[in-house]
Amino acid sequence: MFYREAGDFNTSYAEDQQTFPIKFDRYRYYVVLFIAIVIIPFVINDYWANSLLLPFLIYAIAALGLNILVGYCGQVSLGTGGFMAVGAYSCYKFMTGVDIWWGGELLFRLPEFNIFFSIIMGGVMTAIVGVLFGLPSLRIKGFYLAVATLAAQFFLVWLFNRVAWFYNYSASGQISAPERELFGVLITGPSTPAWATYLFCLFFTVVCAIVARNMTRGAAGRKWMAIRDMDIAAEIIGVNPLRAKLTAFAVSSFFIGISGALFFAVYLGAVEVGEAFSITKSFLVLFMIIIGGLGSIFGSFAGAAFLVVLPVALKIVGVDWFGWPTDIVAHLQLVVVGGLIVIFLIAEPHGIAQLWRVAKEKLRLWPFPH
Amino acid sequence: MNEQLAFTIEVFANGLMAGVLYALVALGFVLIYKASGIFNYAQGVMALFAAMTLVGIQNGQVPFAHLINAIFGTEIHHFGWHVHSFLAILLTVVVMIALAWMVQQFVFKHLVGQEPIILFMATIGLAYFLEGVADLMWGSELKALNVCAAEGACLPQGMNLWLEGTTYEALGYGFFIDNLDIVATIVAAVLVAGLIMFAQYTKQGRAMRAVADDHQAALSVGVSLNFIWVLVWSLAGFVALVAGIMWGAKSGVQFSLSLIALKALPVLMLGGFTSIPGAIVGGLIIGVGEKLFEFLIGAPFLGGATENWFAYMLALVFLVFRPQGLFGEKIIERV
Amino acid sequence: MKDIAESYVTTDGRTIGPVVMEMKNITLRFGGVEAIKDISFNIREGEIRAIIGPNGAGKSSMLNVISGFYVPQEGEVWYKGARRPAMKPFEVARQGIARTFQNIALFEGMSVLDNVMTGRLTHMKTGLFAQSLWKGKAEAEEIENREVAEKIIDFLEIQAIRKTPVARLPYGLKKRVELARALAAEPSILLLDEPMAGMNVEEKEDMSRFILDVNDEFGTTIALIEHDMGVVMDLSDRVVVMDYGKKIGDGTPDDVRNNQDVIDAYLGVAHD
Repeated sequence: MFYREAGDFNTSYAEDQQTFPIKFDRYRYYVVLFIAIVIIPFVINDYWANSLLLPFLIYAIAALGLNILVGYCGQVSLGTGGFMAVGAYSCYKFMTGVDIWWGGELLFRLPEFNIFFSIIMGGVMTAIVGVLFGLPSLRIKGFYLAVATLAAQFFLVWLFNRVAWFYNYSASGQISAPERELFGVLITGPSTPAWATYLFCLFFTVVCAIVARNMTRGAAGRKWMAIRDMDIAAEIIGVNPLRAKLTAFAVSSFFIGISGALFFAVYLGAVEVGEAFSITKSFLVLFMIIIGGLGSIFGSFAGAAFLVVLPVALKIVGVDWFGWPTDIVAHLQLVVVGGLIVIFLIAEPHGIAQLWRVAKEKLRLWPFPH
Repeated sequence: MNEQLAFTIEVFANGLMAGVLYALVALGFVLIYKASGIFNYAQGVMALFAAMTLVGIQNGQVPFAHLINAIFGTEIHHFGWHVHSFLAILLTVVVMIALAWMVQQFVFKHLVGQEPIILFMATIGLAYFLEGVADLMWGSELKALNVCAAEGACLPQGMNLWLEGTTYEALGYGFFIDNLDIVATIVAAVLVAGLIMFAQYTKQGRAMRAVADDHQAALSVGVSLNFIWVLVWSLAGFVALVAGIMWGAKSGVQFSLSLIALKALPVLMLGGFTSIPGAIVGGLIIGVGEKLFEFLIGAPFLGGATENWFAYMLALVFLVFRPQGLFGEKIIERV
Repeated sequence: MKDIAESYVTTDGRTIGPVVMEMKNITLRFGGVEAIKDISFNIREGEIRAIIGPNGAGKSSMLNVISGFYVPQEGEVWYKGARRPAMKPFEVARQGIARTFQNIALFEGMSVLDNVMTGRLTHMKTGLFAQSLWKGKAEAEEIENREVAEKIIDFLEIQAIRKTPVARLPYGLKKRVELARALAAEPSILLLDEPMAGMNVEEKEDMSRFILDVNDEFGTTIALIEHDMGVVMDLSDRVVVMDYGKKIGDGTPDDVRNNQDVIDAYLGVAHD
């Protein structure tokens, strides 16, 4: 009743294979985009941008990336934090001008990249590192691989912590983003307008979502899913398993790198690698896609939104309303998140995305039960 | 005797002892994995939980005191008594068995037949949950753990002077080795031997191995799967308690204690998830390997702290060449 | 014995082409076990070739050798007049050899349509970047291949379940979807591993009809393993019989039926 598809016919294969084959979904998508692009920038303020919208947009990109690898290609990775760090540090090096040394002498220094291209380079470098750590996936499977990706996590964090070149020899060992503009508007630095950082992140999120959708609905997505569902059968029908896995690692890491770069440059402004990109971050993004829905684009957004909102909501309820100490609320948060993971895995392994599908089904038939 | 060589030997010995502890934690993983196919990421948090519970009981802390105070505005913290170590350990064992039962009853009973990777992710959720509960129950501040059999007969701390003296006289170089490490090594070795004996020679042990081999077949000869699973989770809980005591006594009870699980993971990759000897040998190799690497290469050339990743890289490189681990059987793929 | 390059017409009027694949002295071992012992046989273009034998005779292993999943320790595989070098299974698939599996190996997390489309992957060449843009090359290729897939779906009469996740389908339909996926590749040789195992009589009749139609309409060469002797004798042009890894018979169904070794293998030999 509320959700209708009757009378909505697709008459060509092109129409049938578009992203939202049902008219109602399509219109809703346009409405959401309209609100996100046209309305929110006018009403946004620093609180909303920093506590909800920016983290949501940035984590959504990371979740999309991880979902491609885990949800679509079936290769579990616990190295997300480390890969985000690669994105962040690459972005930092490119925006401050990469310096190449040889034998104690400065060979040359690249010009400083525009912030937009620095972010892209963050993704590119991460894709390369991702492929490197994805190479063993041909031989190592299942949670052997999951554990193997921890090697990336620990090694990369150690690398950025110990090799001073990555943080431009700063005394604190931190990296902090200098002020950079795009079209004359400040994007990074301490005094950026909320609407600008929001739109900058939104652009990347929307483009990443569209790219992810395009890849997963076509040949690449089918290769990944075939590997996920039955790798041996996939190889026998003509999928090159190494290539399929490596493209998944590359695309996934590219997204995660973009997300790490934005997280550092636009959202936090300054990071210390052991704190910002620890293994906790890997688990956080993994939880987003489990709760949101493995193998679902919408689920990546839903999961990111859920886990960004949850701590804020718990803090408002626990600290502001009930006046509990913050450490108790923080511990409660662990209990709630851990409990939710277990509950979702038991009750709805396909996450919020599946709940949403079921709800749509119900709405379509309402008020009749069948 | 050559100074550098003596140093290396000392590092080797220390690595060996760290390795025994890694092996102990890894053993907890292997037990659960063999019997239920669950790769229990929460093993480290279980060790933390066990150690916190032990300290809490010893000191007569009121469980959930902070939470109760926050909700009801009360000011309770302690019962006002101290519990003897033996009794406290006994009570903690009871708590760990109860925990095992609850984990089985509320989580894994509902996940029977799921893919291993789903079960793995469930244990990550469980780890978060347990960590939160442990913090709420006993508070997250750093606590000292001291287990004493009687007044003055506690777990030993500090260097072993006797060993230093003897080696100095014999070799001209005194070995610095922690007393606690020696005790931990002995306890771990005894525990490992005990577990192997249990698995090999008792009725329950045989049932455990039967379940590990084939669920259906074990069911058909009258083994209760539920009982066996609670049993292995309890055993893993017990192993976690021992590991928790050893690490807790050494560097205090706090969150970082749960990270020993992360050290056990590469041990498992190296030794194979299903092999008890694999866990022991893997633990020793990693313990010695990371200490030697740090001493010979990491600290002088790479800026140190290579222990964080060396074990993983070693396991990764090793697995690329031998995917089934040290003691695993070669996998023949079928269609 | 007919010349390998020669075509001939069978007694029931079917034209069989020259040899397209030839197995020469294949031996396959697993550790100490010899699954296949020195077997040679060939497959001619356009024929339906059956491989039969008791359980454990090595039939599935033979199919796995053909599709490149197992690499034999000895022997050569000749395909389209050239010796096939050592190859990965996906390279074999790209040479036009498609197969189904004894224990259905569909991609359970995907819809029927997506499963059939995976069969088209060997024909899809668009790069990752073009796919990420979708409009243009990727979409055109997708639609072009969708048309082929839809033809196969029509052919096997599974239009109604096109968008159903395969995990929800009953066994018989899954077998049919698997056939559709293999056919979607438009293979030169189609390998069927027990296409009728576990089916009732009607389902077997349906499946036999599909196999004959595939062979008729697309001219696809088919090699199949089957236990139901009635089906084998009706469908196939030539039969290879295996027992304990050895070839004990090779010829037309009538030849094989009257072969003493084959009768012994199936009925047992009196030890006197």
